Amino acid sequence: MTIHQFAPSRRAFLAGAGLVIGVALAPRVFAATSSLNGVPADAQGQQYPFQAFVRIAPDDTVTVLAKHIEMGQGPYTGLATIVAEELDADWSQMRAAAAPADDDVYKNLAFGIQGTGGSTSIANSYEQLRKAGATARAMLVAAAAEEWGVPAAEITVSAGRISHAASGKTSGFGALAAKAATMTPPAEPVLKDPRDFVLIGKDRPKLDTVAKSTGKAIFTLDIHADDMLIATVAHPDRFGATVASVDDTAAKAVPGVVDVKVVPQGVAVYADNTFAALKGRAALKIDWDLSKAEQRSSEKIAEDYRSLFAKDGFKAADKGDVEAAFKGDGVTRIEADMLFPFLAHAPMEPLDAVLVRREDGSIDSYNGAQFPGQDKQAISEVLGVDQSQIRINMQLAGGSFGRRAQFGSPYMREAAEVFKASGMARPVKHMWTREDDIRGGFYRPLYVHRIRGAIDKAGEIVAWDHVIAGQSIMKKLELDESSVEGASDMPYAIPNLRVFGYNTEVGVPALWWRSVGHTHTGFAVETFLDELLQKAGKDAVEGRIALLKDQNRHLGVLKKVAEMADWGGPVPEGRQRGVAVHKSFNTYVAEIAEVSVDELGAPKVHKVWCAVDCGVALNPNVIKAQLEGGVGYGLGAILFDQVELGEGGKIIQSNFHDYRSLRINEMPHVEVAIIPSTEAPTGVGEPGVPPIGPAVANAWRQLTGAPVRRLPLVNIAVS
Amino acid sequence: MVTFTLNGEERRFDGDPETPLLWVIRDFEKLTGTKYGCGVAQCGACTVHLDGMTRRSCVTPISMVEGSEVVTIEGIQGAEAEAVQKAWVAIDVPQCGYCQSGQIMSAVALLQTTPKPTDADIDGAMAGNICRCATYQRIRQAIHDAADTMEG
Repeated sequence: MTIHQFAPSRRAFLAGAGLVIGVALAPRVFAATSSLNGVPADAQGQQYPFQAFVRIAPDDTVTVLAKHIEMGQGPYTGLATIVAEELDADWSQMRAAAAPADDDVYKNLAFGIQGTGGSTSIANSYEQLRKAGATARAMLVAAAAEEWGVPAAEITVSAGRISHAASGKTSGFGALAAKAATMTPPAEPVLKDPRDFVLIGKDRPKLDTVAKSTGKAIFTLDIHADDMLIATVAHPDRFGATVASVDDTAAKAVPGVVDVKVVPQGVAVYADNTFAALKGRAALKIDWDLSKAEQRSSEKIAEDYRSLFAKDGFKAADKGDVEAAFKGDGVTRIEADMLFPFLAHAPMEPLDAVLVRREDGSIDSYNGAQFPGQDKQAISEVLGVDQSQIRINMQLAGGSFGRRAQFGSPYMREAAEVFKASGMARPVKHMWTREDDIRGGFYRPLYVHRIRGAIDKAGEIVAWDHVIAGQSIMKKLELDESSVEGASDMPYAIPNLRVFGYNTEVGVPALWWRSVGHTHTGFAVETFLDELLQKAGKDAVEGRIALLKDQNRHLGVLKKVAEMADWGGPVPEGRQRGVAVHKSFNTYVAEIAEVSVDELGAPKVHKVWCAVDCGVALNPNVIKAQLEGGVGYGLGAILFDQVELGEGGKIIQSNFHDYRSLRINEMPHVEVAIIPSTEAPTGVGEPGVPPIGPAVANAWRQLTGAPVRRLPLVNIAVS
Repeated sequence: MVTFTLNGEERRFDGDPETPLLWVIRDFEKLTGTKYGCGVAQCGACTVHLDGMTRRSCVTPISMVEGSEVVTIEGIQGAEAEAVQKAWVAIDVPQCGYCQSGQIMSAVALLQTTPKPTDADIDGAMAGNICRCATYQRIRQAIHDAADTMEG
């Protein structure tokens, strides 16, 4: 994904009480108001605004309004850290809360609209929130100077205390907040020299850890409104099928079921409690119209993709003369076809939303989504209510991995259709079950790769010819970079390189999945390169180093991980190691996996070493956690996961029994090292994922002699 | 009518006796620390203690709970619970946090029966709890740390 830089909104830098809407919305109908909006209970009360991102209360608490959703990657803590650093606050006074939905003021500077994704939360906010913190600090200092009648230049701020040494006057932030909020913000706030950072670069637990360790953290599914209905929707088991007819007699007879309605996405059952809604849904008898459904199996879809390679695709890279290189005298050629399956994201909290219509006709939505502005627009279009009358109350999300980031917000459209069909007299919580989630589409698309490589007589890799077919996530009619990223821009000095992409039409909704195109391109490039190096008689690490030439950040992580694992040193009997290095989202990661064959003939991953270069390390604790988690998430997928369409396009998998998640007994020990850097910080939510698959597959090839051409690996192990 | 105790207080439920304990806790008792994740006892997000043992509340009909003691994340007490929650915070285990109530309920029950668990004990007791963020390494470490602090 290309990172563009959009200009911050001018409104973001205007001191304006008009923007203080984040904490004023907690509606009285909800029992647990303290948890709404993610606002910590002790940050409630009077909040003085310091432009768009900072609120200071009389009790000294500083609340950072996070324009990014918290779904586990730690942006609430990271954004609060950046502000606290420039504000010279004490960490104990910092809080974070969800900013309201506003595609202008709270836009992601990499996207141009408000949104969380692409591992951009810290990268796009770093300068913006440093300035927000420095501005608030300058306003506090100006207020103190006026209050105390001393020159601003003589005032110091440290750990949440404002002091004037000569007069002995000191104050906390809260006592001066009301006055400070009225001060003119500096045109260009002065930022710290990074050498003077006291908070950035230090390990720090996340702000929400205590709430998440005591059951007190509130997610969308936990929202209760008085008189609320629970709704579940019966969906078809083939993509594109629609309701032909429904017999709801048995469903309506279930005690607690209030109503049944047909909506564009299926049949909605409304009930007074969740179990009644589920029982009612199970009692529906629905005939589905399959005339517009995708009825091909996954196997047939893959076959159709391969047939595309006879035609011309879209050029992604074309360097040197690939055809001539393959015809070179005495070259050795290898070919590989690879297949990557559909993958569901399967966040722990399935999709859900609570919609409430107020007496004045305005709408409150309680949900956790990566593109809140898109949600607002979807609700507006479905309900016919002006966007100014819709409030998006952002909740913590129980994981996402890309699932909650959708242009057009199809999920919110379903929730809004369900709400509309209910008559909107009562609040409605719309929830998906795990089955809805696994079978709900918006998968990492299925991709087919075909790669040819050539090695000359001297053992040098001289040509690489690579074609990739799959759905365009961005729905493009030309090359979709997200299908080829990580392959077309591979860092290796291979003189003749050709990469072509092919867009396919399939009736299965596609979506980005943690690390997007790198989920498959990283695997294809790093496993195929490993085979070529072996064929050329080269060591997997030394061979890569030779091809990386002046790619210093790739080299930095690769050399570091080799040192950590003592690459080339002794390996326990029965185990082998594989390596991979990959850049995604401007973060560089190298991983080495140590693998054996278990008693069932499947891979057992014992240990993973990981080196990461993500620029300035804002909070090493969070960075390490994301790399550990990225390894575990990616490993589960490459070992176990696929959503398959069977005969007639019927979706086969349905829940965690057949869409396996990695479990604790399958989690390797992960050791992470962070390369020290003064470069601008880049993201860590996704980049840990791409290298784990190829590192394990490369070890597997050493163990068994068999290259991995098809995922998940468990299929190979049992066959 | 089903009578049981929830976090030490007597409770009655006179709805559909097939209603899973999970939805009684969440929808009727309004205790939301116990989560829905799969509905088929595959993920452990709904783990509670039923008469002192871990139980997947999503597949436990309320009719089976008659006369039992149910403890949820909101009601856990004692040395093991305190040590586990402290250890969880100390090494910052949660990411999205959604599964962590269930993880903690399983970890507390493990320490109650096995004060000094090995890695294999942890695998055995915790393999039923899925964490899609894969916080497993820290879960394992936190359980060991909690066991160490309890030993004194």
